Amino acid sequence: MGEEARAVTLPEIEQLAIGAWILGTGGGGSPYHGLLNMRTLYREGAAVRLLDPAALADEDDVAVVSFMGAPLVGQERFKDPRAIARAVRMMEEYTGRRFRAVMAVEIGGGNGLAPFMAAALLDIPVVDADAMGRAFPEAQMTSFAIKDLPCFPLTLADVRDNGVIVARAASWKWMERLSRKACTEVGSTAATCKAPRTGREVKEAGILYTTTKAIRLGATVQAARRAHRDPTEAILEAQGGRPLFAGKVRDVARRTTEGFLRGTASIEGLDGYAGQRFDLAFQNEWAVGWHDGVPRVTTPDLICVIDSVAGEAIGTETLRYGQRVSVIVLPAPEILLTPKGLDHVGPRAFGYDLDFRSVFAEPRP
Amino acid sequence: MRRIGIDVGGTNTDAVLLDGASVLHAVKTPTTADVTSGITEALRRLLAAVPVDARRVDAAMIGTTHFTNAVVQRRDLTPVAAVRIGLPASASLPPFIDWPEDLAAIVRGRVFMIAGGHEVDGRPIVPFDEAAMRRVAREIRASGLRSAGVAAIFSPIDPSAEQMAGAILAEECPGVAVTLSHELGRIGLLERENACLLNAGLVELARRTTRAFTDALAASGLDAPLYLTQNDGTVTLASQAEAFPVYSFASGPTNSMRGAAFLSGLDDAVVIDVGGTSTDVGCLKRGFPREANAVVEVGGVRTLFRMPDLLSMGLGGGSLVEPAPLQIGPRSVGYRLTEEALVFGGGTLTCTDLAVAGGLLQLGDPARVAHLPRDLIAAAIRAIHQRIAEAVDRMKTDAGEVPVIAVGGGSFLVPPAMPGVSRVVRVAHHSVANAVGAAIAQISGELDQVFQNMTREAALAEARRLAEERAVRAGADRSSLEVVEVEDIPLAYLPGNSLRTRVRVVGSIAAEGTRSR
Repeated sequence: MGEEARAVTLPEIEQLAIGAWILGTGGGGSPYHGLLNMRTLYREGAAVRLLDPAALADEDDVAVVSFMGAPLVGQERFKDPRAIARAVRMMEEYTGRRFRAVMAVEIGGGNGLAPFMAAALLDIPVVDADAMGRAFPEAQMTSFAIKDLPCFPLTLADVRDNGVIVARAASWKWMERLSRKACTEVGSTAATCKAPRTGREVKEAGILYTTTKAIRLGATVQAARRAHRDPTEAILEAQGGRPLFAGKVRDVARRTTEGFLRGTASIEGLDGYAGQRFDLAFQNEWAVGWHDGVPRVTTPDLICVIDSVAGEAIGTETLRYGQRVSVIVLPAPEILLTPKGLDHVGPRAFGYDLDFRSVFAEPRP
Repeated sequence: MRRIGIDVGGTNTDAVLLDGASVLHAVKTPTTADVTSGITEALRRLLAAVPVDARRVDAAMIGTTHFTNAVVQRRDLTPVAAVRIGLPASASLPPFIDWPEDLAAIVRGRVFMIAGGHEVDGRPIVPFDEAAMRRVAREIRASGLRSAGVAAIFSPIDPSAEQMAGAILAEECPGVAVTLSHELGRIGLLERENACLLNAGLVELARRTTRAFTDALAASGLDAPLYLTQNDGTVTLASQAEAFPVYSFASGPTNSMRGAAFLSGLDDAVVIDVGGTSTDVGCLKRGFPREANAVVEVGGVRTLFRMPDLLSMGLGGGSLVEPAPLQIGPRSVGYRLTEEALVFGGGTLTCTDLAVAGGLLQLGDPARVAHLPRDLIAAAIRAIHQRIAEAVDRMKTDAGEVPVIAVGGGSFLVPPAMPGVSRVVRVAHHSVANAVGAAIAQISGELDQVFQNMTREAALAEARRLAEERAVRAGADRSSLEVVEVEDIPLAYLPGNSLRTRVRVVGSIAAEGTRSR
């Protein structure tokens, strides 16, 4: 390997877990079990390398991996490094080509660590990139789909030596439906290797350097905690984010429809926001925020809800009455903000009849 | 009904004798290292103070921090055989994976993983490997380990794998204590398994302790059934409770809150319990502590089961006060208050001295604090009041005003008025609210399970029926049971109509003759 791949230390993986959880914007599942797996793998001698995407040759093959399934099932059936490695090997057998590296489909949430688990067992590097720059619930919500790259083949593996190959799918949405069905059948948790990408595709359609971004974000939070500084402030400074609201959670309502965890949360203002309210709607991730009834922020801008005391991100499944939270927004990757990008991941893709207007289009306060 | 309530805290053992709703007598004695001689002394003083005919008692309830302390201080723990049923799933994160190494080194006897367990929809992951379980059981017998903890994947949905393992263990190694994870609780394999293994590590201590409690009662001439208080503010027959010591982990603060509810007659309120070293703030909902719906760490181990939602801070009557720059707590003189505080002739400025100087409290010799500058007293009391008011606001879940009940020996530090608070209620016997809470405890049953392809109404009815069964087994009178909590959460990415349902019922203690087995 050339020097364009560098070894990632275990402390950096701890930082990656913190950063990935924040970039999960409320969804994507907690990286805790992924982190426990990585600690074990590192104790056994693994040392994963991180590859600069610029170092990929155009014709290199890159595996795109993620765990799929219901977060609740993940609390009993843990993400298994062997399963994700098996999905990658199955893809190599199917295509007859060897992968140069592996990458995440989504950096946000537990899947931010998925390529590291595969890489530790397969001894190939992780590309410093993903296809969302955050977390989203469905397969068509990626930069690869926005750029109309092929959505097939896909391999899906479970721990029982079940393997499924989706050889073709008519669209990204069909790929989502077919693979979701297989995933449900094996217990609503499975390891997947998505349509392989060439080095050129990664460089042109991937969202680059998001692994490093997540590691830095985690390092920022750790440094702020050590210095007894406000971690939320530190996040905003380091990521060019903006504060939207601070208060106390007054109400949370959840329901599931069409496989999404949907719901709303209402926050009552404190301190500078006393007497005001902020409402959030979510579909696995935070999707839209209203300040005193007026739409204030929508996907794909990254809406993050942070515990004001602990400085930790709070997920849509764990938000609860009485928590003191800060709502902040971080900038979304450029490609998600294009008209085509907004078709895939803008507010209308989640059923909200709202135009997207980035918070970052406003002058700095 | 006449009952005795005893709360064994880190510093004091408190005991009260209740007749119906009235407190006949209350005593406070120092906690002893062996716990039981402190209880015997408390009972001796309690019974000596009441007429002979008042000494016939219908029930005795004990709350203790003994088991939590054993985990926190890493003592009196038994090494455990951990059995995980779920292979080939979840193999990469074996039992004890996220325990602090010093604690794991004590509790981790042997670790076994075998095939079996269930999917979220109730199908088996793979068939239960009965032959492997039998081999494991024989190895446990050969190893000489005396306690085992068994956890199977999705056992809250289908406990049959754990039950089969339990039956095999009973056959192959009789005498080994067995904890099955589904009896403790909630979905989340690592956290449920952690609670199960902690429990298995505490079972022998719990048996010894329960026996010692029974002996202490007998030595005091009491012939009443013994109950242990639980994290949720209810009690279980000691014979049942000794199998589940983890359910007593947070009984101290819980008993204070229940006692506060009883003594004030308020069912919905914020309770502030100010002791000598620390303050606990919690919320009463329908007379019971609001539960933490999240991971709770005990001695560095992540667990998930019934625990009260508490905010604790290092502020109490014995907290040290530094004048410049002004700092109050978290260090405290603790039980040495009566030697070290200024008003008792000592040399340490404490919150108690501030309260005496500021006219909030009459205690000791006020002349010894007359020299303190007025502005220091005012600023320090203001700072204390502000910290308590902030803690109350953080625990409140309603925008409207709520009443606050102030209990504990240091409750003179609670301000008379706070924003968002309708009134501050102070009650008689507030310094033994925890023992009162133990004495009045009822019995509960809880169920947390995922139901599929059932209507919401049918799932809730079934959950209620199962929760009621559990309460009756723990010693409740069936006709008195009522539902105190219902929660249902629809689940994402699952087939069919999946609903996670949690129901809790509470009832009064069944009379001796009607108690079911």
